Amino acid sequence: MNETKPVTVAPAPEPTKTPAARPAAGPEQTGRQRAAELLQRQGVLAVLLAVVIAASFIYPTFASLDNARGVTIQASFLAVVALGMTMVIITGGIDLSVGSVFALGGVLAAWASQYGFLAALLLPLVVCGGIGLLNGLLIARGNMAPFIVTLATLLGARGLLLSLTDEGATTYLVPKDSAFGELGQGSVWGFGHPILIALVLFGAGGLVLQRTSFGQTLFAVGGSSDAATLMGLPVARTKILVYTLSGLLAGLAGALNAARLSSGVTIVGVGMELDAISAVVIGGTLLVGGAGSISGTLWGVLLLAVIQNLINQIGSLNSSYQSVVSGGFLIVVVVAQRYLARSRRST
Amino acid sequence: MTDTAVAPPTKSDQPRTPTSPLARLRDPAWYQRYGVYVAVAVVLLFNALFTEHFMTADNFRTQLVQVAPIVIVALGMALVIGTEGVDLSVGSTMALAAAFLPLYLGYGLVPALVVSLLAGAVVGAVNGALVSLVGLQPIVATLALFVGGRGLALVMADGQLKQIVNPDLLSLGTGSFLGVPLVVWIAGVLAVAVAFLVQRTTFGRQIVAVGGNRSAAALAGLPVKRVLIGVYVLCGVLAALAGILATARLTASDPSSLGTLMELSAITAVVVGGTPLNGGSVRVLGTVAGALLMQLLRATLVKHDLPDSTAQIAQAAIIIAAVYVARERRSR
Repeated sequence: MNETKPVTVAPAPEPTKTPAARPAAGPEQTGRQRAAELLQRQGVLAVLLAVVIAASFIYPTFASLDNARGVTIQASFLAVVALGMTMVIITGGIDLSVGSVFALGGVLAAWASQYGFLAALLLPLVVCGGIGLLNGLLIARGNMAPFIVTLATLLGARGLLLSLTDEGATTYLVPKDSAFGELGQGSVWGFGHPILIALVLFGAGGLVLQRTSFGQTLFAVGGSSDAATLMGLPVARTKILVYTLSGLLAGLAGALNAARLSSGVTIVGVGMELDAISAVVIGGTLLVGGAGSISGTLWGVLLLAVIQNLINQIGSLNSSYQSVVSGGFLIVVVVAQRYLARSRRST
Repeated sequence: MTDTAVAPPTKSDQPRTPTSPLARLRDPAWYQRYGVYVAVAVVLLFNALFTEHFMTADNFRTQLVQVAPIVIVALGMALVIGTEGVDLSVGSTMALAAAFLPLYLGYGLVPALVVSLLAGAVVGAVNGALVSLVGLQPIVATLALFVGGRGLALVMADGQLKQIVNPDLLSLGTGSFLGVPLVVWIAGVLAVAVAFLVQRTTFGRQIVAVGGNRSAAALAGLPVKRVLIGVYVLCGVLAALAGILATARLTASDPSSLGTLMELSAITAVVVGGTPLNGGSVRVLGTVAGALLMQLLRATLVKHDLPDSTAQIAQAAIIIAAVYVARERRSR
C-alpha cells in the first residue's frame, strides 16, 4: 500500500522508494532493469491478483464476499505477526519465537479477560513485549546470533505457556459478551475487527518504515551493521526496539486470536514463525536484510491464505497439499529473486 | 580507512598457549570446548546422589534409545553447521523417509530402506543445490522443504498413520546386541564414522575450510560447491535413517508428527556441544554429549516430578548459556 502510492503521485524519473545502499548504476535504467526491479518488488501482487482472478472464474464459491471475509480474517493474525517479522528481517535478523509468543499471548489474554478488557490486552502485551525485549537485549547487547537466541525463547515461551496451563490441560475461556470478546468477534461492515486492526497496523508500519528516521535506520542496520555504527546510528537500540516490536505484535495477534476463539488455545502457533518468514520472503523482503517492504508481506500473507482456501475449495485435494504448494511457491519466489537480483547487479 | 588493509577474520581455534589449570578455568574457550562434558558429569553426579533408580542400566538404556535418533540427525546437522549452514528440513525429511517405508515394504525390507534413504538423499541434494548453485541462504533454502516436505509425506501417506508389520524392520527398532539396543549401536557407530570423516579425511578438512572462509576455500581451489552438496546430502540421508529407526521403534509410520521440532533439538545439540554457528569447526563428540545433556537434563527434571514445561524452560536457559560462552570467544 505504501509502495505503490508515491509512484503514482510523484512523476519522478526514478522511484525514490528503494532503500539505502543501491549503487547508482547509471543515470538511466534500461527497460529490462526496470521490469526486473518492478517484478522483484511487486511480483507477488501480480501473482496474487492472477491467482484470485483465475480462481474466481473456476470456483464461483471463491469469489463470494463471505469467502473473502473468511480468508482475510484467517490471514489477519498471521499478518500482524509477519509485520513484526518483516521489520526484524529488514535489520538482518530473524525471530523464531513468534509462534510460541503468539500462543502465550492468547493464553495470557484469555486468563486475564476475567479482570476486564484492559487487563486482557495489557498482560499479553507486557509479557510478550518483555520476551521481545529479552531477545533484543541478548542479540544487540549480548552480541549473540538472532537465530539461536530466538530459538531458545521459542522453547522458553512454550514452556512458560505449558506451565501456565497445567501442561496444556487447562483452557481459559473468555467471558461471554465481554468487551474483549467483542474485539475479536465484532465487525464493521461485515469485516471482522482483526482485519481492520491488521490493516491499520500495516498502514502505520508502512509510514514508520518509509517516512521516519527509525525506518531509515532499520534499512541502514540491515544493509551493513558496521557501516551503520560508523555513521553514528543507534544500532543496538534499533535492534532492541525491533525485537520488542516483534514480540508485542505477536502477543497482540495471539490476544486477538484468543478473543476471536473465546479461549486461549495452547496448541496454536506451532510452526507459525516459519509461515511468517515464508510470507515475508515471498513478499520480496531479502533475508540478508537491508531491503524489503511491508506491502509485500501483506500480499505474501494473502497469497498463502488464498492458496490454503483454494485447496479447501478443491474438494479432491486434502489439506496436505497446502504445504506442498506453499513450499513450491517459496522455492520459485526465492530462486526468482536471486536471479533478478543477480541480473540487476551484473548490468 | 580501507577495508582491504584489514586482514580477513579467521575463525580457526586460537593457538593454545600453555597455561596453568587455574588460568584455564577462566578461559571462555575452555568452556566452549569442554563445558558440555562438565555439564554432563554434573548432571550424572547430581543424579547419583539425589535421584533414585537413575544410575541403573535400565534407565540408561531407555535414555540412550530415546536420544539415538536425535544424535543421528545432529551428526548431519553438525556437518552442515560446520559449513556455516543450517538445515531446517531434517524433521520433514524424517517424515518423508517414514512415509516411503510402508509403500515399498511389499518388495522387501532392503528395497524399502533404499528408497527411503534415497528420499533423504534427494531432499539433501535439493537443499545443497539451492545453497551452492543458486546461492540461497541456508535458512531459506531448507525452509522450503521444511514446509513442503511434510506436506509431501502426508500426501503420499494419504494423511494416515500406517502400522508396520514387517518383523525385520521392527527388529531394527526393538532388537539389541550384547544387551545394547540396536539403535544405540547404530548411533554410536555413526558418531565414530562422522568423527573419522571430520578429522581424518580430505572431505572433512574441506568442510571445515569451506565453513571457515568460503571465498578463501574457493581461491585455494577447493571444490566448494561439491562439498556443500555433499554435506547436505549426508545430512538428508542421516535424517532419513533416523526417520526409519524411529518408525521401527514406534511400529508405525506417522508422517504427521514424526520429527516435529527435530531441527531444533538437533541444532541445540550441536550448539551446546560447542560447534560455533558461524562454521569453521565441527565437534562430533561434543554434539553427542550435547544431545545427551539435553536428554539427561529432561529426564532428571521429570524424575524429580517437575513438569515437562519446566524442562523446556531449563533447556532454553542452557542454550542461551552455551551461546553466551561461544560469544565471549568469538568477540575476542
